[in-house]
Amino acid sequence: MNLNEYKGVYVYAQQVDNKIDGVALELLGKAKDLAKDLNTDVTAVLIGSGVKGLINKLAQYGADKVILVDDPALKDYRTEPYTHALSSVINEYKPEIVLVGATAIGRDLGPLVSARVKTGLTADCTQLDIGDFPLKAIEGKEQKHNQLLMTRPAFGGNTIATIACPDNRPQMATVRPGVMQKIEKIADAETEVIEFNPGFEENAKYIEILEIVKSMSDTVDIMDANILVSGGRGVGGPENFYILEDLAKAIGGEVSCSRAVVDAGWKPKDLQVGQTGKTVRPNVYFAVGISGAIQHVAGMEEADIIVAINKDETAPIFDVADYGIVGDYGKILPMLTQSLKNIAAMEA
Amino acid sequence: MKIIVCIKQVPDTKGGVQFNPDGTLNRGAMLAIMNPDDKAGLEAALRLKDQYKAEVTVITMGLPKAKDVLVEAMAMGADKAILVTDRVLGGADTWATSTTLAGAMRNLEYDLIIAGRQAIDGDTAQVGPQISEHLNIPVISYTQKLEIEDGYVIAQRQYEDRYHVVKAKMPCLITALAELNEPRYMTPGGIFAAYDAEITEFNRKDLIDVDDADLGLKGSPTKIAKASDKVRKGTGEQVNLDPEASVGYILEKLKEKHVI
Repeated sequence: MNLNEYKGVYVYAQQVDNKIDGVALELLGKAKDLAKDLNTDVTAVLIGSGVKGLINKLAQYGADKVILVDDPALKDYRTEPYTHALSSVINEYKPEIVLVGATAIGRDLGPLVSARVKTGLTADCTQLDIGDFPLKAIEGKEQKHNQLLMTRPAFGGNTIATIACPDNRPQMATVRPGVMQKIEKIADAETEVIEFNPGFEENAKYIEILEIVKSMSDTVDIMDANILVSGGRGVGGPENFYILEDLAKAIGGEVSCSRAVVDAGWKPKDLQVGQTGKTVRPNVYFAVGISGAIQHVAGMEEADIIVAINKDETAPIFDVADYGIVGDYGKILPMLTQSLKNIAAMEA
Repeated sequence: MKIIVCIKQVPDTKGGVQFNPDGTLNRGAMLAIMNPDDKAGLEAALRLKDQYKAEVTVITMGLPKAKDVLVEAMAMGADKAILVTDRVLGGADTWATSTTLAGAMRNLEYDLIIAGRQAIDGDTAQVGPQISEHLNIPVISYTQKLEIEDGYVIAQRQYEDRYHVVKAKMPCLITALAELNEPRYMTPGGIFAAYDAEITEFNRKDLIDVDDADLGLKGSPTKIAKASDKVRKGTGEQVNLDPEASVGYILEKLKEKHVI
């Protein structure tokens, strides 16, 4: 493998039902940073059936080039034809980096492609940098420059590891949704489009989709939520929870609560966070009117970011919060919700 | 029908992670258990055994003490157990691990291979799908329901907002979600029998069609540059502003952290 042949940062532009997944846009934003450090460009790989209309959006969010693999075999996600498509793109165009969203699709596609093209894959990364491997020069050992350094949590978030892929190309990572930042939309962006079709012949690995069932369920598991807006006794009553629900909706999260709220009968038990409820580990946890008893903290302290809003400046919740705001949630939250809606409208 | 189930011994991170006084993880104080998704995979296999008299073989790669989970699997009802162990396999990443397990499985007959979706120590979800690629068989990841029909697997494949009902020709590999079922307990008779049961040991020489260059640390494309136990974070910032400035403060922090 001649590593120098491999150039460019590629992003798998995940689409489902002809809609680009948000994580693809986030990855394009990160890819731009990495490409700048490497003095190269960003390519989005768009795979699907009848998805040409999505190219413009990829351009607007930072793709210098788009490689389009469009074929009827790619209508709905199936492991084999999608693996064939992305592997063939890699073998043909030789990227140095390939980023894939750590979604239920990406966590299937990524491993298959890495096995097929014989390279490493680092799962669920939360940070990507360009740097040296080994990090510090070791006498008698070659130190490689311009390597992708992939940082990820392990042991249920209790340890952090930084991983490199120094001798194989491409360097592949799946990245958690919601971690990277998409760029500001460039309305009149242009992109170079390359159409590529490696040919799709059915074989035993082509599984058949008999039925697609979209979930309509209202019952969400708060343990799966990326963002939680959690209310405590300080919310004041069940009639006020719509304020938290509005914020959760605007920011793409779910509502949870403390034990006091369940005991008072304001919310059902399956939304309870804490020692006698559920242990959650979202990206962001808003603690609204929650005092922060140790039993509650035990269930949420592993959240990446904790934002606490409470009238009482001595509330123990402020001891674990990354960002503590002393104030009236009833005034702050509606304004915050409105601001988030305004931002979303601007980006649409 | 012959089924292989991949299982892994992992430290229990769920029942309370233990910390040292300096805030680092105390691995020694944590119990070693059978990985939960793998246990669901084993239960799925045992139900097929109950239904169709399938033969269930469990396989694990690890140090000799990983035998404990094989004994547990046999006490639950597995028929055969294989431990893949060799000094040269140490330090393997998911690529090298899947290459090794595929090399071991080439010795065996199988209609279905079941792996847990992911292990609670690494959380990568990669080894199962990668084994299917090395063995050139179809894969169904994230399986939440499983049935067998005339040489085909009919499964519910879970996604974030939907599931697909899919049909794959056997032999194939599935990765099991913990919600697939409620694993059974070991029976006293099973425990008794399991301790007398033979565990087959595979070493390097037993791996078929595998290069030395693809094994262990040396054969792993990914290398660890740095690893550290996450130190528990202390108190952050606290502000006392008017409501409008509070909103501005929250938005600024959410942007800084790439949440919005």
